[in-house]
Amino acid sequence: MLNRLSDLVNGDADLVRRGQYLTATFIIGIGDTDWLIEIREGQVATVQPEPALMTPSQFSIRASENAWREFWQPVPLPGFHDIFAMTKSGDATVEGDFQPFMANLRYFKDLLAAPRGQI
Amino acid sequence: MKVSGMMGEIEQTIGRYLNLEISGRPCRIYFEQAGAGIPLVCLHTAGSDATQYRHLLSDAGILDRFQVIAFDMPGHGKSLPPSGYHDEEYILTTELYTETIRIFCAALDLENPVIMGCSMGGRIVLHLAEAYPAEFRAVIGIEASDYQEPWYDRDWLNRPDVHGGEVCAALISGLVAPQSPDEYRWETLWGYLSSGPGIFKGDLHFYRADSDYRDRVARIDTEKCPVYLMTGEYDFSCTPEDTLRTAEKIGIEAIIMKELGHFPMSENPDHFRTYLMPVLAEIAKA
Repeated sequence: MLNRLSDLVNGDADLVRRGQYLTATFIIGIGDTDWLIEIREGQVATVQPEPALMTPSQFSIRASENAWREFWQPVPLPGFHDIFAMTKSGDATVEGDFQPFMANLRYFKDLLAAPRGQI
Repeated sequence: MKVSGMMGEIEQTIGRYLNLEISGRPCRIYFEQAGAGIPLVCLHTAGSDATQYRHLLSDAGILDRFQVIAFDMPGHGKSLPPSGYHDEEYILTTELYTETIRIFCAALDLENPVIMGCSMGGRIVLHLAEAYPAEFRAVIGIEASDYQEPWYDRDWLNRPDVHGGEVCAALISGLVAPQSPDEYRWETLWGYLSSGPGIFKGDLHFYRADSDYRDRVARIDTEKCPVYLMTGEYDFSCTPEDTLRTAEKIGIEAIIMKELGHFPMSENPDHFRTYLMPVLAEIAKA
């Protein structure tokens, strides 16, 4: 589902500019499938499905396939319109080192929203 | 409502400063006002300022019956924090918030004002209606409830390795409804992007830790002080369920607003007024 993430993020010059000081590796979990995302200076460098066990990453954001489908609707329903709405309701989890996530929160929210209406 | 000049338009809103003492400390409070009639005092959300009410302050359909007044709490907007702020942690409490509002209204000689507050402002109006019903003509709680479980660690809002303004704005950005116009979404977020360090966190002390009114809202006598509660369906901080539960205890009907989030008056003012105008009409009639 995230095959187009690189194009969507790297094609958004303003998003890349806002992430220019960010280099990080994290996981987006969609149902049972993990996707390892590597960010280098604001660009999505790699998107790797099902990384090997114990591949290093700083934090993970996970939700069910259905929750992400709702989240990526062009106009999401209440409760699926924001990652924190989903974590508060228990539809998503964010775990790991929160510092890079919170220090670049707008970037990560925009990255997560990039597939909205696109997949 | 605007006045045309040679080169631009001057709004009718007038901004002034009021010097008074709150909790024994001199404070210089910035407020804006427009209109004439029933005083309508507007309380901004935690970590932002009274700019949120600029649309109400230029709404001709309101200003012909209401004197709209919106002030910045100390440390917010153009109200400086009190002297000595640099050596202490800012913490808002029910007691301090209540005193600030009552002293402000008394200093302006407002007679039985209507108090309208959003979020933490919506929380405190419940306390005002319960504790001081004779002072207020009515209260309107926007995104208001008697309590919310704390659901995240507030320390992220003020620490040196995370930009405070950026994180506060990014955090609350999801509370704006997806349907709200981009222009007003980002105007709303500017209040957070530009707020002082630790201010949002200190306000949230009141909101999360010092305003559990669950046992008290049932005591509100709406004959003495009518209460109106209005909440946007996209608000996952103060959820429609939180507001409905609170309204049921008070014995009133809550208004759940479609396609609005946590900041109705600033995120989508035109849409919000379709819900607000009937409430104001009812208050004006009473």
